[in-house]
Amino acid sequence: METTLSPPKGKKGRTGAALFLSPAVLILLVWSLIPLALTLWYSFQNYNLVDPTLSGFAGLDNYRYLLTDPDFVWALLNTVLLVLGVLVISVGGGVLLAVLYDQDFLGRGIARILVISPFFVMPTVSALVWKNLMLHPIYGVYSAMMRAVGLTPIDWLQHYPMQTVMMIVAWEWLPFAVLILLTAVQSLDHEQKEAARMDGAGPVARFRYIILPHLSRAITVVIMIETIYLLTIFAEIWVTTSGGPGVASTNLAFLIYARALLQFDVGGASAGGVIAIVIANVIAAFLVRAVARNLEA
Amino acid sequence: MAKLALRDIRKTYHAEEIIKGVSLDIEDGEFVVFVGPSGCGKSTLLRMIAGLEEISAGDLLIDGARMNDVEPAKRGLAMVFQSYALYPHMNVYQNMEFGLKLAGMPEAERRRKITEVATTLQLDAYLKHKPGQLSGGQRQRVAIGRAIVRNPKVFLFDEPLSNLDAALRGQMRVELATLHRRLGATTIYVTHDQIEAMTMADKIVVLQKGVVEQVGSPLELYHHPRNLFVARFIGSPPMNFLSVRIVGSGPDGLTVETSQGARIDVPVLAESAVAGSDLTLGVRPEHIVIDAQGTVPGTIRLVERLGALTLLHVALEDGSVLIVQTDGDHGGQVDAPVRLTLLSENCHLFDAKGMALTKLMRHRLAG
Amino acid sequence: MTGSKRKFARIAIGTIGWVVALWIFFPILWMVLTGFKSEMDAISTPPHLFFTPTLESYHEVFAQADYWHFTFNTVLMSVFATGGALALAVPAAYAMAFYPTRRTRTTLLWMLSTRMLPPVGVLVPVYLIARSTHLLDTTLGLGIINLLTNLPIIVWMLYTFFKEVPVPILEAGRMDGASRWQEITVVLLPLALPGIASTALLSLILCWNEAFWALNLTSSRAAPLAAFIASFSSPEGLFFGKLSAASTLAVAPILLFGWFSQKQLVRGLTFGAVK
Ligand SMILES: Nc1ncnc2c1ncn2[C@@H]1O[C@H](COP(=O)(O)OP(=O)(O)O)[C@@H](O)[C@H]1O
Ligand SMILES: [Mg+2]
Repeated sequence: METTLSPPKGKKGRTGAALFLSPAVLILLVWSLIPLALTLWYSFQNYNLVDPTLSGFAGLDNYRYLLTDPDFVWALLNTVLLVLGVLVISVGGGVLLAVLYDQDFLGRGIARILVISPFFVMPTVSALVWKNLMLHPIYGVYSAMMRAVGLTPIDWLQHYPMQTVMMIVAWEWLPFAVLILLTAVQSLDHEQKEAARMDGAGPVARFRYIILPHLSRAITVVIMIETIYLLTIFAEIWVTTSGGPGVASTNLAFLIYARALLQFDVGGASAGGVIAIVIANVIAAFLVRAVARNLEA
Repeated sequence: MAKLALRDIRKTYHAEEIIKGVSLDIEDGEFVVFVGPSGCGKSTLLRMIAGLEEISAGDLLIDGARMNDVEPAKRGLAMVFQSYALYPHMNVYQNMEFGLKLAGMPEAERRRKITEVATTLQLDAYLKHKPGQLSGGQRQRVAIGRAIVRNPKVFLFDEPLSNLDAALRGQMRVELATLHRRLGATTIYVTHDQIEAMTMADKIVVLQKGVVEQVGSPLELYHHPRNLFVARFIGSPPMNFLSVRIVGSGPDGLTVETSQGARIDVPVLAESAVAGSDLTLGVRPEHIVIDAQGTVPGTIRLVERLGALTLLHVALEDGSVLIVQTDGDHGGQVDAPVRLTLLSENCHLFDAKGMALTKLMRHRLAG
Repeated sequence: MTGSKRKFARIAIGTIGWVVALWIFFPILWMVLTGFKSEMDAISTPPHLFFTPTLESYHEVFAQADYWHFTFNTVLMSVFATGGALALAVPAAYAMAFYPTRRTRTTLLWMLSTRMLPPVGVLVPVYLIARSTHLLDTTLGLGIINLLTNLPIIVWMLYTFFKEVPVPILEAGRMDGASRWQEITVVLLPLALPGIASTALLSLILCWNEAFWALNLTSSRAAPLAAFIASFSSPEGLFFGKLSAASTLAVAPILLFGWFSQKQLVRGLTFGAVK
């Protein structure tokens, strides 16, 4: 089957198509270039909102200061940890739950709706609910449950800040993975499953050799979209730990925010922004290539 | 009513020539079938005529006017797609109405036309149905109806029956032929199925790799194929081929000898044929008879009984296999030895380049 | 497998399915319940599952902040951003899906990569630009930012839906005399409607829940619900009843909306991943 439309009147059709594309491309060009250029500019300036005496060209000072700052290394590490941790939980759990909710059982439709609900909850609310209602060391439900079985409640956000933030974020994004993976599982051809059964494949073999390969495209898409959001996680940290204790749960996004809006150091924050952009682009390059390969087929 | 003329039409995709200069005249009211193996460029050629594909070089004339740069809808054509391409969000009535509406036809007239066409196609009961609720055959009819209501000068069909099952295909073939006789509109029909081509066409155009191999009436192609490709492509079961050598020539044709030494006098123009040169002999299954006096010995390897007739696959001593068509009551058994006679006036000879040698007599129906 | 064994397996799967679902949903359920508790009930240990419901917290929330103002801002901003993004994305996706060139894939991937730009990386200039163009703390300003951040994903989604539209149907439209405008509006858009609907739904959800730009670019006039909830967070964190009531108010509209449109959303939320 033909996959493209042929413009009937030669060149005119193609220029027409280019015209259709240009508004979106132009506006995204402006959006991605102007702030980027400005950020780059500020990053070489001494620019502090509360200290006007500091001004002028700073050279690489902002970068040197940032890159030698142990906080920065922590933030970088936390950013990567957060992305990877949440991806592992949400994709791994998402695959399992997709298979689970593909099975037929009583009230499956309602159970599915309950599972995907966290995706609709705004990050600030998720973080507040988890911090206060669930994990609060005194009043939290989880603390009460621990007491009920004779354990001492833990102040999760104090002692395991990064893991706890990761868990909250995973709670938000797992439903998204389930949503997409479940659609993909359901699209699996029944005859294929039956053929595998005729070949003597048990449930595990069917999962391994039929379902997982079938899900690979969907998994790529989940990883792609989630990474976009996970790289820039902010509200959850802001609400729960404010990056603390110390910088234990500070990621790059939060570090730059702290620099810019709490210490009013525009130059330093911009340098952090440039670095964040560079990192995002490195990851994007890898991801985009993987996705492109997967979307070819 | 319209005449079409293609003048050295070419199509290039990414520097690769897909249609390599096609020239063709299509008369008013003619039913022309483009036939050829998959990928030979039939659809591309049809879509260039339709205006869905740009013409890279050459001229397309409809009733003498150059149409290369005219919008598809303004060419006075209607097309039926292989996948039907019905608008899935519109019901049958709306599907047929869409083009009329865009052309600015008044509501009352639209209604009258659609009702009339729907009646002929037995679709009146389904006008409110969406395409998704119809069977394959009904969708096919809607696609045809959508083409008819626009009252086009030329109908274009791209493999319209290939998504139907065999029985329905046979039935639709008859209906399309009847419809064509009734409407009398010029029709171009693309298919890779030579039975459709043989049964429906006034004129068949055989294409291969973007080149026209032969143009002619069905029986002309059957009895006077211009080359090996056409000979192979037209006819089912296909023509048999044997390597032969010229051993003599005269005014009544050429005498050739098979590798087993059987001699056959084939009535073709000797032209430049030289004794001793190698040729290919072609003979259709119905032109071989089982005959105790036959000069070609062989062994039956397979018997296909179709009821009305029987096909015997006969292996010759050199290992080549000939398909022989006999009547349904023939008692041939596998492994039985047989002797064959090739009816020489029906044999074809092809030179080393694959071109047919001109036969001395034209077939009476081949025109 | 024998009948009874199969039946047992089904009950086991059903039990697991429900336990997992309730466990995942529990925080939301608890939030809603706590919103109807008195502050005393809300912090009782161990927590009460049964209590006398009261609207106390809701009264306080409404007294403290103009909920409807925030909601109105959120709806307006989300609809504007989604509508604007769709208006830009439909023609772009149409061009890329049906008139691909050698650069089409690169363009699409480049668009997606702009989405990976960490907002915080460009916060300072965007803040300064917004201030100098008087778009700071306006629904229009926040709407534009949301439009821009969602545009790449919307283009991608529409592109995958348009790719699935059989080209011969558009060609049939051409044979019927449809102009390019009619080809898009009368043939393509109705065909891709499920996909467009789900794209719009996703965009609305993302806009509704966006917090970073909402917190940093608005203060009062144009503040959406993400900012509304922030005002109940730190200083009054211990008023669990009030916090829960405010949270419930902030998420209820989009949660209900998500539930009702769930089928529609799922139907289209494949990004071409289901093949
Ligand atoms: N849009 C296109 N781009 C590049 N090559 C094409 C395109 N459409 C068709 N072709 C090539 O042109 C040749 C003829 O195609 P087509 O006309 O569809 O053949 P047919 O209809 O006879 O099966 C094929 O080899 C096909 O690969
Ligand atoms: Mg074809």
